[in-house]
Amino acid sequence: MTARPGTVDRPLRVAIVGAGPAGYYAADHLLRQEGLVIEVDMFDRLPTPYGLVRLGVAPDHQKIKSVTGIFDKVAANPRFRFYGGVEFGRDLTVDDLRRHYHQILYSTGAQTDRRMGIPGEDLRGSHPATEFVAWYNGHPDYRDYQFDLSHERAAIVGVGNVAVDVARILCRTPEELAKTDIADHALEALRQSRLQEVYLLGRRGPAQAAFTNPEIKELSELPGADLIVLPEEAELDALSRAALERSQDRATMKKVEILQEAARRAPTGKPRRLTLRFLVSPVEVMGDEAGQVVGLRLVRNQLYATETGALQAKPTNEFEELQVGLVFRSVGYQGVPLSGVPFNESWGVILNEKGRVLDPATRQPRVGEYTAGWIKRGPTGVIGTNKPDAAETVACMIEDAAQGRVREPAEPDAGAAQRLVRERQPHYVSYADWQKLDALEVARGRAGGRPRVKFTRVKEMMAALER
Amino acid sequence: MNIATVLASKGVKVVTVQPEQTIREGLALLAEHNIGALVVVDETQKPVGIVSERDIVRALAKTETVFAWSVSRIMTKEVIIGAPQDDLAAVGYTMTERRIRHLPVMERGKLVGIVSIGDILKAQRDHYQGEVDTLQLQLLKSQP
Repeated sequence: MTARPGTVDRPLRVAIVGAGPAGYYAADHLLRQEGLVIEVDMFDRLPTPYGLVRLGVAPDHQKIKSVTGIFDKVAANPRFRFYGGVEFGRDLTVDDLRRHYHQILYSTGAQTDRRMGIPGEDLRGSHPATEFVAWYNGHPDYRDYQFDLSHERAAIVGVGNVAVDVARILCRTPEELAKTDIADHALEALRQSRLQEVYLLGRRGPAQAAFTNPEIKELSELPGADLIVLPEEAELDALSRAALERSQDRATMKKVEILQEAARRAPTGKPRRLTLRFLVSPVEVMGDEAGQVVGLRLVRNQLYATETGALQAKPTNEFEELQVGLVFRSVGYQGVPLSGVPFNESWGVILNEKGRVLDPATRQPRVGEYTAGWIKRGPTGVIGTNKPDAAETVACMIEDAAQGRVREPAEPDAGAAQRLVRERQPHYVSYADWQKLDALEVARGRAGGRPRVKFTRVKEMMAALER
Repeated sequence: MNIATVLASKGVKVVTVQPEQTIREGLALLAEHNIGALVVVDETQKPVGIVSERDIVRALAKTETVFAWSVSRIMTKEVIIGAPQDDLAAVGYTMTERRIRHLPVMERGKLVGIVSIGDILKAQRDHYQGEVDTLQLQLLKSQP
């Protein structure tokens, strides 16, 4: 028997698919293992790393993006390599990775919006919120998307952090946006925006809303928009009030207080109005003969307690119509299955136990395959939540490696893997290449006092790298 | 955060037992799957009770004939059932208050999983840990 991998002569070779927070935190945990020599190759289908930190986090929340400093430290480890612009399933298959690595970790995130499942959802002017987010953040795949901002009224379905981001970006003034790293094409389009009314629609009440207190406070302090909350909707129903009294949950009490305070305030005549609605669900997206969105038909909900005491919404038979020309749905992200990797349709994640990928037939772990992040647990939590999540997976990887439960790849050396990547994707982007792009973006932003001006086309990135 | 989040990385489906199976068989299942409770289901897979290691220990303290008993004799019949969309905060509160350690989860009439109070505490701990981590990072960044 050959010696177990993890020595200087025979390092444990790990492939990480997806360069977002979960992938980096996993790499960090792996490279910190004492007494084990591990090499990490990280792949991303985009030339740029950081996943949703670059392409999801809102441009007016730069501080959150400072986590990339930690990621860059991980990447500086000589046993770490980055292969950007290399797509799993297109350039490389599971079998390719199996040939070169002892362990494979999938951290591809949750890439699509869940559908609302109501008529009219696909009318012109109705969009998944994540497409808008990807567009304003300069995701190359969304570079040529169009959002018609000539309408005066828009609704966002959902009150989670993506919904709140979209509302805020729509309500920011051009001057505010011009100080951020928002994509230039989005900045230009938003400059021309004629939106006056933006609605955020919550299915449940103020006490159940997913947004955090800092997020809602930020909405109430926008220079260009008045936050409107209907006084009757800010009042808690009897069930919510009782639940809050029992739990004494301070954060929720504060949230309700902020909302009630906003409900008491009179609008001050700012150019836009952002109205936060509760206990309503769209039942239909209404359109005109041309197939363009003209409104939403909403049903009013009421709360009921389930057996476990959780409060859920159920529809009443009261309806109302909201005239809007633009609809963004943000009722949750959903994971996309990876070719050749078992998927759990119920939860929209890779079939796994504590991060070990399971075989669907036997429910036993597939040797050497793991997962972390949203594609493991579903789309919840903040960036930092991926750290304990990745730690759990890495603990399984180390335990398995110690017990010899690893794959036995035919060509477990870094050179062979690099040759394969070069053969399949000659224009792959290394970390050094990315750092060059990064420096160029930052330099492009300097004159305008912006954190950076992003490259938004792969072609532009390649040209900048003189390829 | 809701129950679905916890179930997503639990992988294995619920381990069930039939009411007429013996406690000895039940114990073997608990040991084999390294778990603390079994959902008792009828022939249509509908939950009719739950039997935990505690229930068995309690009965064993009185008589050793327990091993041959049927599961239905000691199971808890009034089972609280969770739904995937139930918020973890509410579920955790109810389980703590009512001293429930295991909660079967059903969706559209089908048993889809079981969560323990330990699963919920772990999910909440990881969530808070992540939040603290992210907040600290932002605070450090805003210092001159």
